[in-house]
Amino acid sequence: MSPLIQDLIEKAVVVLVVFGGLLGVFSLCTLIERRVLAFMQFRLGPNRTGPQGLFQPVADGIKLFFKEEFIPAGANKLLFVLAPAVAVVTAFMSTAIVSYGGALTVPALSFLPEWLQGRVIELQIADLDVGILYLFALSSLGVYGVVMAGWASNNKYALVGGLRSSAQMFSYELALGLSWVPVILVTNSFRLPEIVAGQAGWFWNWNCFALFPAFLVYVVAGTAEANRTPFDLPEAETELVAGFHTEYSSMKFALLQMAEYVNMITISALGANMFLGGANTGLPFLPPTAAFGLVGFLAFAAKVAGFLFFFFWLRGTLPRFRYDQLMHFGWKVLVPVAACFILVVAGVVAALA
Amino acid sequence: MASATLPAALSPALLEQPAVRVLSEALGENLLAATDFRGEIAITVERKAWYKAVSLLRDHPELEFKLFLDLCGVDFFDREDQPERFAVVLHLYSVSKKRHVRLRTPVPESDPKVQTIIPLFKGANWFEREAWDMYGIVFDGHPNLIRLLTHDAFVGHPLRKDYPQGQRHVLKEPRKWLLQVPPESEHMIVNLGPSHPAMHGCFRVQTLLDGEIVRDAEAEIGYMHRNFEKMAEARTYWQVIPYTDRLNYCSSFMNGHGWALAVEKLLGVQAPARAEAVRVILSEFSRIMDHFVCISTNVVDLGAITPFFVVFRGREKIYELLESCCGARLTVSYVRIGGLAQDVPDDFVPRCRETLEFVMDAFKQMDELLTRNIIFNNRFRDIGVLSKEDALSYGWAGPCLRGSGVETDVRRDAPYSGYDQYDFDVPVGTTGDCYDRYLVRIEEIRQSARIIRQALDKLPAGPVIVDDRKVALPPKSEVYGNIESLMNHFKLVYDGILPPAGEVYGATEGANGELGYYIVSDGGKHPYRLKVRPPCYNNYQAYPEMLKGGQIADAIAIIGGLNVIAGELDR
Repeated sequence: MSPLIQDLIEKAVVVLVVFGGLLGVFSLCTLIERRVLAFMQFRLGPNRTGPQGLFQPVADGIKLFFKEEFIPAGANKLLFVLAPAVAVVTAFMSTAIVSYGGALTVPALSFLPEWLQGRVIELQIADLDVGILYLFALSSLGVYGVVMAGWASNNKYALVGGLRSSAQMFSYELALGLSWVPVILVTNSFRLPEIVAGQAGWFWNWNCFALFPAFLVYVVAGTAEANRTPFDLPEAETELVAGFHTEYSSMKFALLQMAEYVNMITISALGANMFLGGANTGLPFLPPTAAFGLVGFLAFAAKVAGFLFFFFWLRGTLPRFRYDQLMHFGWKVLVPVAACFILVVAGVVAALA
Repeated sequence: MASATLPAALSPALLEQPAVRVLSEALGENLLAATDFRGEIAITVERKAWYKAVSLLRDHPELEFKLFLDLCGVDFFDREDQPERFAVVLHLYSVSKKRHVRLRTPVPESDPKVQTIIPLFKGANWFEREAWDMYGIVFDGHPNLIRLLTHDAFVGHPLRKDYPQGQRHVLKEPRKWLLQVPPESEHMIVNLGPSHPAMHGCFRVQTLLDGEIVRDAEAEIGYMHRNFEKMAEARTYWQVIPYTDRLNYCSSFMNGHGWALAVEKLLGVQAPARAEAVRVILSEFSRIMDHFVCISTNVVDLGAITPFFVVFRGREKIYELLESCCGARLTVSYVRIGGLAQDVPDDFVPRCRETLEFVMDAFKQMDELLTRNIIFNNRFRDIGVLSKEDALSYGWAGPCLRGSGVETDVRRDAPYSGYDQYDFDVPVGTTGDCYDRYLVRIEEIRQSARIIRQALDKLPAGPVIVDDRKVALPPKSEVYGNIESLMNHFKLVYDGILPPAGEVYGATEGANGELGYYIVSDGGKHPYRLKVRPPCYNNYQAYPEMLKGGQIADAIAIIGGLNVIAGELDR
């Protein structure tokens, strides 16, 4: 078997696993979010469908499949149908460059084909040289899904939601991007595996300590980018009914929800990679490659879970911003802080070089 | 207290009342009558002097009746003792002098017109519309005299005594536009309600949006109108109690409390001390509960969902307490005219203490989650500011009025049910924004807890209903045991409570503010006319005005703090 075909098989499997895994994590997230919120609010949450309500996402999925597929009169049908597709496709595409916890080493078991034995499988779909730029491009495209959904619905609440969303995502993308620059400066690379490798050793080597302001900006802007409380203005259910997805039902609604959760997972995974050391355990005697690379994967998964829990926690704690306060905060606080910090980091890097 | 009617030469006792003196000096023979019944001053003036009389009451330095309470019509269809068929009745309150006054003017059926008093009191707007809607009394100069509680397809005026009660009117075309988009503007009209996640209940605001900014707003109410006042005219006095539960259903006990006090005032009876103390305890618990609902739903609208669940556990405990007393939770109907339906359970005091402890713990958690939260502060501070003058002119009530800096509380200024025995403070805001209204409510919860503790410490023993066979039913054991009680029971059920003829305005401090019942009695078993002064009606009336220039998100922040309860608003 030629090495090319071997590579193709390996990548195909990784793509399938990542895609399936993300779908699984997405559906689990919907359940865990409800359970976590319920715990914070003295409630039980869904716990009747399967053990601990584990099959609740399946039940929700089935329910959504059988809901009426509704397109309002006066809606732009093409864009209305296209919007969830755009949202979910861009959301999934941006997951391609995320490094899911280093690399796995296939154990040399005799029943495996020879080329597979001892093979190192990178847990990443595409290791692009311009990985982070690619992510910028895709997250800008992702806004279109929301804007299209808001505009095509022919509904005033949806329109206002879409407008808010575009303004919010453009503004916070800037801060998000600026928060990555110090990491890139320090690592001297756009590639995620190198960024992760740069944080090896003890946990104080993680970027979140040395680049704390950038980390803070990242978390805030990331929350806004994922449209989570306290930045969930595009949906603002009590003001705008449901914002941009007011008119959506059935699977199209499910797709919009999926896009939102996948975005949240991407933000969490990127944060784990760029600021929390990714696959690194933070302990030099426990390298990520230990136990065929499972240690690295688990370390990464734990960090992502921590991020996700943080997002759920925020939702259980905070009210939402007002539109102008949000813009004010984005442009007058986050962007200047991020920009100034870039200057500082650049200066330090130049001085050390 | 004897009633006195001396149009030409007012009795010296009445002339000692500043309102009577000032009006009689200024109006001369246009002042038709003045009465003092159950300590309430009522002045009747000629229709042409209506506006002048109202402006005198408001502006005269000796009177300063600056707080607008209520305006309503009355139909004296078959009453020979009244000069004209209709009357317009106005209630005002003087915060500085702590006095009430009632101003009436007769209105003939042939020419049912009165001058509007909107220039004097902004709050009169909806009340005049309501009076027109219900009685067909036209208010000259009113800018928008259209249907308010009924709908546009309605024919006739339902509260007139000769309105055929069975008649129904079907609305086919709802009022679509409350506002118009100005030509050549790109503004957008957005409806908030009648079915909208932030409109708890069912009411509608139409907004004219310029992006996120609200340029204009107009409210429409009446979706839950059931004409409770008309129903009351066909009920005996105690049969009205369950209807009052459905006014502000978040604190139903207090409505019944207010109603019982108003009727007791009309009858001139006093409930026993134990009944009054229990009423105070349960009313204060209801106030806590109502403030919980108000604050927590308000912040749910802002996206903070946890405080809602935190305090609703406390609310649940209070419901359990009410349930242990009377078996009902939401609409309790626990009061009776002259006392309470039955005595509280034996373990009432420890039960109350335990409930209070739990409730205050939940309250503390909510306080910690919100009061110093920076996002919450940003959303609430300097939002929805209403000045002191406007609040008085709109006739705001309760926590909203105090939030605007007016220091008044019926419990302290005109104590009822023995509130004068308890120490409590009346919190007052400074700027009149949403945050002040929130803080006033927070502090009132603490004060309510204080009152409950004091009342529990000295809860008297004794009966819980008056021993007056013309007011309260005799105990069942006696009804079965002796003929006299059987007769009393029969007479009371058959004839009802028969109060003397007269008019009273019974005011209590409801959770939302001053809840007033204006009762006109002709001596019969039914109230001849009942008008409820619902506190949130006035509060809500100012709402469209407060929105202008703000953002759509502010609209949501403001509405929750006004605590508009549709059952009370639409009656």
